[in-house]
Amino acid sequence: MEQSTGASSGPSMTVTPVERGPEAAGRGHRDGYRGLRLGLTVLRIGPLLILLAVAVALSFLSPFFLTTRNLGNVLAATAAIAVLSLGQLLVILTRGIDLSVGSTLALASVVGALVFTSVDSGPVVILAMLATGLLVGTVNGIVYVKGRLPHPFIITLAMLSIARGLALWLSGGQPIRGMPAVVDSIGGGSIGWFPVSAILILGIAFLVFVLTTRIVWGRWIYAVGGNPEAARRTGIPVNKVLISVYVLSGLMAGVAGIITAGRLDAGSPTFGELAELDSIAAVVIGGASFLGGRGNVLNALVGALMIGVIRNGMNLLAVDAFFQLIVIGVVIVLAVEADVLRGYLEDRFRVFEASRS
Amino acid sequence: MTTIPALAVRGATKRFGAVLALDGVDLEVHRGQVVALLGDNGAGKSTLIKCISGVHQLDDGVIEMDGLPTAIHSPAQARDLGIETVYQDLALFDNLGPAANFYAGREAAGPRWLPTWLRVLDRKGMAARTAELLDRLQVGLPDMSNQVGLLSGGQRQAVAVARAAAFASNVVILDEPTAALGLRESRRVLDLINRLRERDHAVIVISHALDHVIDIADRAVVLRRGRKVGEEIPTRENQQRIVSLIVGGEG
Repeated sequence: MEQSTGASSGPSMTVTPVERGPEAAGRGHRDGYRGLRLGLTVLRIGPLLILLAVAVALSFLSPFFLTTRNLGNVLAATAAIAVLSLGQLLVILTRGIDLSVGSTLALASVVGALVFTSVDSGPVVILAMLATGLLVGTVNGIVYVKGRLPHPFIITLAMLSIARGLALWLSGGQPIRGMPAVVDSIGGGSIGWFPVSAILILGIAFLVFVLTTRIVWGRWIYAVGGNPEAARRTGIPVNKVLISVYVLSGLMAGVAGIITAGRLDAGSPTFGELAELDSIAAVVIGGASFLGGRGNVLNALVGALMIGVIRNGMNLLAVDAFFQLIVIGVVIVLAVEADVLRGYLEDRFRVFEASRS
Repeated sequence: MTTIPALAVRGATKRFGAVLALDGVDLEVHRGQVVALLGDNGAGKSTLIKCISGVHQLDDGVIEMDGLPTAIHSPAQARDLGIETVYQDLALFDNLGPAANFYAGREAAGPRWLPTWLRVLDRKGMAARTAELLDRLQVGLPDMSNQVGLLSGGQRQAVAVARAAAFASNVVILDEPTAALGLRESRRVLDLINRLRERDHAVIVISHALDHVIDIADRAVVLRRGRKVGEEIPTRENQQRIVSLIVGGEG
């Protein structure tokens, strides 16, 4: 509607001088408006574009990168981070953070390995690992909400320590070898070149996608992150929503435990060290905001893949492992800067809206 | 005026410790009427609307809805009674679109046999009804899919007011709806309030902008130190008198 008047504004400008001012200003407005819209759209799909750019660059730099074998490797190596980042995404959407997921992953793997030493049943072992994650997440959520803590940082930091300590204590500080066949095939199996773990991730990602975009619960997660006070006033059960995201994050850590344990056919108290930071980095690289309420499943997965691809690419190019940390750090800074830029563009956008009416 | 008021407050009294915030205040609003609530800071305007919207409870006095005495114990209960309040902070979700904002906490979803939180959102239905209502109130939004955070101050205010109007079967309460807005955007919000009146809502407006009050309000109730000190039909002619009622000088 606005665009069609833009096309006809030329003649009318010459007919009546009175119209000249507003019409001319209007056209300048429209250009600025479109530019802002375009900028915001690019930022929204930016993580995906950057991932594609990195992948294209790597495929030129290393002939091995685009082989199915290598891609399978990347996916399998990224699976645990990806599932953790799905849980972390839900937490960050509510303005929270879950620092305990790496330790929970380790604890779940140790519990699974110990259960397997006495019960030779794949389903039981899997249930035990999931239950471990679920339990840790529930404790996080309940202590955070019911304990009226100002921020989840502290409780999940405490849980980072507690879960790792439990894992060390239960295992005697040693890896415990052996996992049921079904766990091994979840974590290490593949169909053709496509890892089973990646299929599992796609399934879970789909479920989280449905939750966040189609289900009332997911809508509430975004509402609580966007404006907790307003959420409370509109009758959304804010406390339950908050607890639920930590429960889900714990559950995802349990799944990550299954994947890691299966991939290495063991449970170990040293699994998942710094994995919490990887998952946070993945979510942030995916454009989610620490201020809550912004972020989506696809971008979180892209963020996780970005970390996986960068690591893999630098391995292929034989870049010093220490240097990988630096590169990933720089990528995180860029992602956060992109978020700042988005905030700036949105401010400009609001000004346009105010002057357009 | 011969009809039963949609909302009547009689002898409203509220204490906060030793402070008497409201002292026997009476207020009536009829359908199709805009009543302005005036008063200096600390006069009791906010306390009064918070009592009506269920945030506070009256220590003494009654609230009548359509002539029936009604106890309002919580904001949720006030909403169930058809009373919607737009506070100054608007309580919008900047990260969500207009439809999600409209239906926040009361999402249209199904199927009914599922617990509320597991239901599937009726996204199309909510979007359509939101667009229809915004259209009826002549709130023009450039893009219904944009997050509310990308709207201007006036558009945001309009969305918040329209949301209140959508769910208020009885009373819409607006706290300083034009305080943060420029001239043109204020005008649009005032027009919107006029449309609420045309659509037979009972409206209570708190405002410091007397010319806006004169513009839209049918009556102005003036509070000072928790008491009602006057009720006028606001016009240009008695503007001075209203000001002196507010500040407590000679009339």
